[in-house]
This record gives sequence, C-alpha cells and structure tokens, in this order.
Amino acid sequence: MTLTTVLVLASGTYALRLAGPLLRDRLHLPERVERIMSHAATALLAALVATAALTADGGFSGWARPLGVAVGALAAWRRLPFVAVVVLAASTTALLRLVGIP
Amino acid sequence: MCSIWRTLDRKLLRDALAVAAATGVIGISFGAIAVASGMPAWLAAAMSTLVFAGGSQFMALGVLAAGGGAVAAVLAALLLNVRHLPFGLAIADVLGPGRVDRFLGCHLMTDETVAFALTQTDPRRRRVAYWTSATALFVTWNTGVLVGAFAGQALGDPNAFGVDAAFPASIIALLLPALRDRATARVALAAATVALATTPVLPAGLPVLLALLGLLAAYTTAKPQVSEEKIG
Repeated sequence: MTLTTVLVLASGTYALRLAGPLLRDRLHLPERVERIMSHAATALLAALVATAALTADGGFSGWARPLGVAVGALAAWRRLPFVAVVVLAASTTALLRLVGIP
Repeated sequence: MCSIWRTLDRKLLRDALAVAAATGVIGISFGAIAVASGMPAWLAAAMSTLVFAGGSQFMALGVLAAGGGAVAAVLAALLLNVRHLPFGLAIADVLGPGRVDRFLGCHLMTDETVAFALTQTDPRRRRVAYWTSATALFVTWNTGVLVGAFAGQALGDPNAFGVDAAFPASIIALLLPALRDRATARVALAAATVALATTPVLPAGLPVLLALLGLLAAYTTAKPQVSEEKIG
C-alpha cells in the first residue's frame, strides 16, 4: 500500500460522502421522495446486517457469528439496553468459538 | 426540560460508546493486519483518518495482499463506499447548516452514524445522535488502529472476542424501532433477501447496492396508499 493509493481511495470516498449533502442543497424534494430516501438508507443497512451476519468472503460465515447476532437481536427485541445487546452478541460468538464452533 | 435532554443524551452517549468500543477492537485488528502486511504504522494511521471506512480499508488491504494491483484495490474499496451517496441523500439535514458542519460531518458518515441518526425523529436529536456517535467512532477507530499497529500481534485474533457479531447486532438494535412500521419492515426484508441471494455471485459491495431494488419490490407490491395521501 502506497501513500498515493491511500490518498486516491480517501478522495474517492470523501467525494461519495459529500455528494449526497451537496445534491440535497440543490434539490428541493417533495416529502414523499424524502420518505423513499429514508427507506433507501434502511434498505442499505438491512442488506449490510444480513451480509455481515451471515456471510464471509462470498460464502457462509460459519455458525458462531449468526448465532451471536441472533442472541443480540433477541435482546434488542426484548428491549434490553443497547450495551447489553452488543455485549451479548459478541460474547455469545466468542464463547461458541471458544468451544470450537467457527 | 433541559434535564430531559441531558438524560436522553447521556443514554445516547452510552449507546454510542458501546458501538465505538467494538469498532475500536476492529480498528486494532486493522492496524495489526496492515502492519503485518508490510504497511508502515504511520500510513495505516493516515489511511484510517483519511478514509475512515473500515470495510473498504480491509478490502484494499485484501486485494493488495492477494496480489491485485493498486487500481483494483481502490476500485474494489470504492465500490463498497458507493452506499455513502444514498446515505448522504437520506441524512443530509442532520449534518448541520454551517459549511464546516457539512464538509467535516460528511467525512464522519458511516453505517453506524447513519443508523444512529435514523433512530431519532426530532431534527435536533438527529443531529446530536449523528455527531455523538460520529465523534465516538472516529476516536476509537483511529485509536484502535494505532494500538493495533504497534501492539496488535500481542493481542491475538480479534474475532476470538466475537466483535464481528457486534456490528450487525447493534445495527439491528438501532433499526428495530423503525421496523415496527410495516412498509419499512417490508423494504428491509426485501433488501436483506436481495443482498443475501446475490452475495455468492457478485463482487463485495454490489449486493448491498442491488438491495436498493428491494425498495422497488416493496413499493410495487404494496397496496396503493390512498389513505396516507388523504391524511397528508
């Protein structure tokens, strides 16, 4: 990795991050479209959750991670504090790996 | 009134710190892997501050380690970050009115900070949620990378701590309240299905973008929302 690679990646990423806010400055959008864009953000996050929970390198991640995420999701569903959700998810996955489940 | 805000903000800060702590551990692993792959510690630290997008940093490192060229590494990493464009469209208003707010605030845009902003409806609370989580994540991610770069080999495999489960679980927790809305839940389900179905056959980054098609599916299959128009 060279400094040039880092700088090109950083500039490209920054441009992608800045594009949304700049576009919004120039457009006045009806409320319906704003609602759709909020849905779009939710859709992206849901897709990230699904792939991050279940897949690694294009294949199945193994059971430890999805089971940990499931325990965290259950805790969130039961309205446990957010910190508990994070800790339960991570410790479940850690424990499963400790006993040899990948 | 003032104390109500403060109590809410304290809860928010605690939640943000929980996500930031997990992010810090992932940062440690990035720093360790970067240095192990021959990157100088200062460059790993500079990358984390300037790019500040963990997934794409790991991707660039991975492509180079697998023998790909710099162009391939940058393109693969940028593909992962294209989602920031629709994210920016959705949360442009939370950055703040000033120029500095916009130009600095957008740099701190990550999946987590967007999710935190979406949990709030009140404009002021959205801003607080965004900036609180953004600051916490920026500090722990970059600190983590530094720690990993200098001491990472001694700390072992971060996945042994299960931190890879913390990210999806925390996003689920942040999205749950919004998912109680039927239309939103339908969109999320369709998006997750599209992303999962296409992950084995598409390069990383594309499945998540393709999941935006889930939006179309959810809107076209939904019954016409006449009643909503009337209320509106």
